[in-house]
Amino acid sequence: MTTNTHGLRDWLLSDEPTSRRQASLSAWYKGWLTFRSNTLAMLGLGVLVVLILAAIFAPLLASHDPFAQDLGARLLAPGVDGHLFGTDSLGRDIYSRILYGARISIYIVLLVAMVAPLVGLIVGTVAGYAGGWVDVLLMRITDIFLAFPRLILALAFVAALGAGIENAVLAISLTAWPPYARIARAETLTMRNSDFIHAIRLQGAGHTRIVTRHIWPLCISSLVIRVTLDMAGIILTAAGLGFLGLGAQPPSPEWGAMISEGRKYILDYWWVATIPGLAIFAISLAFNLLGDGLRDVLDPKEGTS
Amino acid sequence: MSAITIRNLNVWFGAGAERSDAVKDVSFDVAEGESFGLVGESGSGKSTILRAIEGIAPNWSGHVSIAGEVLGKRRSRQFYRNVQMVFQDPYASLHPRQTVDRVLSEVMGLHGFTDIDSRIGRLLDDVGLGSGFRFRYPHQLSGGQRQRVAIARALAPEPRILLLDEPTSALDVSVQAEILNLLADLRAEHNLTYVMVSHDLGVVGHLCERIAVMKSAEIVEVLGVGEMRKLEANDPYTRHLLESSIHSVR
Repeated sequence: MTTNTHGLRDWLLSDEPTSRRQASLSAWYKGWLTFRSNTLAMLGLGVLVVLILAAIFAPLLASHDPFAQDLGARLLAPGVDGHLFGTDSLGRDIYSRILYGARISIYIVLLVAMVAPLVGLIVGTVAGYAGGWVDVLLMRITDIFLAFPRLILALAFVAALGAGIENAVLAISLTAWPPYARIARAETLTMRNSDFIHAIRLQGAGHTRIVTRHIWPLCISSLVIRVTLDMAGIILTAAGLGFLGLGAQPPSPEWGAMISEGRKYILDYWWVATIPGLAIFAISLAFNLLGDGLRDVLDPKEGTS
Repeated sequence: MSAITIRNLNVWFGAGAERSDAVKDVSFDVAEGESFGLVGESGSGKSTILRAIEGIAPNWSGHVSIAGEVLGKRRSRQFYRNVQMVFQDPYASLHPRQTVDRVLSEVMGLHGFTDIDSRIGRLLDDVGLGSGFRFRYPHQLSGGQRQRVAIARALAPEPRILLLDEPTSALDVSVQAEILNLLADLRAEHNLTYVMVSHDLGVVGHLCERIAVMKSAEIVEVLGVGEMRKLEANDPYTRHLLESSIHSVR
């Protein structure tokens, strides 16, 4: 078995790959080796994997029904009567609610991560590559969005669209894309006049091909880093909207909404607000650590390997 | 028939009071199969001429015809098949995230070739890189190997004219000689026309039959390499350039 894994390792680290698949797998594997040497980033990845598994297997892991109320067992301390993290003001098991709440948080994160960077990437690269009045127009629109405080703008959108998880996601995405557009534009400007872009243009490549096949791959790595670092902020904004009653609606176990409910009892029954707070803290920190590690791996200006 | 005819070419950057002329009233002809050198100090506009021919320089006027085709604002696909360029810095001219294979197959796809696999193999052999280099990324290659890849990319559409923008100045001396010999061999093999820009008279003397000497955006003299070797220049600036180059060698 050891010879087999050694063979695979050598195959992946080969200096002379013999197929397209081997070359790309080899690049991924080397990236993974760099990433693995960063202990904190691995910690972040570990926490996220645990949270994602918790979200997927929530029905198996939960000890109680997250929506079942039991007014006789309200505000029990952690550990009492088999309630690992205690119960809230309606007697619902906080541990089970945290597990189901992870689903909502990850759902928000995924949706925002799919929408906002994509919009930013398209706007930014088109502005940077086209230049001229297209650039001016797109960047001034970006500036207008940037000029509003994020949470306030999200509040305005949610208030206009109606409270709820989907609208919260939409509002967060609408407020999150401008920084990505800025980054993508800056990256595009540094590349637009570089020789490798000239070279492909001299082969007769069209603008669409140049932007999507040659500029995007180099922008995506810095965007991925920025997105992972921003995830913490996105989760906090979502939790903030939940806290203000504009995100997930009761009885949904969204973490921000849970903190909001626990606020009334925070002095006498600390765990009701603290446990979801710790969950938000853990996922935010994990994304930050992951983003830091990814920055080391994905740096597009890698000179040597 | 001449491969390249240039009449009264002007290239400038900026407009109004900011305008600076990079090339002023330049005219020359390059015959089919000839190798023509452009020499001069930095900033004299030699690279800008190549960029104007390729359509990278934004503002230009004058008459440029390549292989019978008079160039307008836009270049045709046929033009890009006929005329290719090798850039000065091999570290900047290859996409950092694309393997050699990806670079070459995309170029061939753009020009509508179908037997891409066998062509890439042949091309890599042509430029002296074995098939072992095919799936490497640029950061896994040395400067000389990168420049060979860049030459392979330029040769991929089977052009008739190669524009060489100081193809060896970013490389160290022993690698320079290899690349120059490679370029000489390729020219003989494929019957290519070269226009080469360089500030190194030795490099130009090795590869070119005629040279044009440029000074502050204008051509001061066109002379054959034989005359250059014998220091038979008419213009005082050319003589000065030739003499100082000889002194720097010794």
